[in-house]
Amino acid sequence: MSPTAMWIVLGATSVLCFSIKLLGHLVPEPWLANARLQRINALIPISLLSALVIAQGVVVKTHVVIDHRLAGLGVALAALFAKAPFPVVVVAAAATSALVYHLH
Amino acid sequence: MSNLTRGTARDSLSVAITVGAYGVAFGAASVAAGFSVVQSCLFSLLTFTGASQFAAIGVVASGGAVASAIAAATMLGTRNALYGIQMAPLLQVKGVRRVLAAHVTIDESTGVALSQAPRGVAAMREGFWITGTGVFLFWNIFTLLGALGAKALGNPASWGLDAAVPAAFLGLLWPRLETNFLRGVAVTSMVFAMLVTPWLPAGLPIIATTAVAMMLGWRAR
Repeated sequence: MSPTAMWIVLGATSVLCFSIKLLGHLVPEPWLANARLQRINALIPISLLSALVIAQGVVVKTHVVIDHRLAGLGVALAALFAKAPFPVVVVAAAATSALVYHLH
Repeated sequence: MSNLTRGTARDSLSVAITVGAYGVAFGAASVAAGFSVVQSCLFSLLTFTGASQFAAIGVVASGGAVASAIAAATMLGTRNALYGIQMAPLLQVKGVRRVLAAHVTIDESTGVALSQAPRGVAAMREGFWITGTGVFLFWNIFTLLGALGAKALGNPASWGLDAAVPAAFLGLLWPRLETNFLRGVAVTSMVFAMLVTPWLPAGLPIIATTAVAMMLGWRAR
């Protein structure tokens, strides 16, 4: 991605995310009270975060690729099951992945 | 300071410091994705909503298009509007203070405010402001530290940074999976994302998974 494109991502994301926050403070409550909208809105973060785990963990460009990252992700999953705090999860994943990367 | 408000301040600050520390992961991931240290800090100062920030840089890192990165970040940010709807009647602020309140309307400030309900409206307001400004402060400090650290480290794969990002997403996802239905949504979304990956341009599978949320959220359960 070109430097200009990256600035556009930064600028547009910031403007849109702030606008959404402000919108919540300005609109009358009934506007977003629609039950279906609320149900879908509650599920969207789950779908997007799940897709991001896949896109970042096992995808290279447009291919599913199994590599050192999956080892890290596996350890992260184990750490989450063990109720480890967030920083531990991330560091454990990074350490495992780096280890597998160098051994390979 | 009364005992009641001291309790609120303690709750707020402990959340602010803990959550703010995750900024290290964002700063490092952002630099690993190719953003500069300054850009990474601007993300945390201006976008200031963690999951959206991670999504934007995540799509960029996976080679996605500009529009995909912006769309993923924006869709993850829509829940903040729902928080604003809940917080506005509680805070009763206008003008500049309303703009500031909007900027710090995130998961944590809303969560702490709601959790202070037994202590009364004043404690709820205090919880919102201390948590919101506290997370803002620590999130930005730690973003800078993470970005500088990653810049010093060099090759992301060599230090496992390329696995730290999906692990961070998994860590953000985990506490949301409270019921079997929600866990089902997550697994379905992951399988869907893998299935469409070979058929769509990079980054687009992430946006496409919102179709799973729409289908599964269409009818009441």
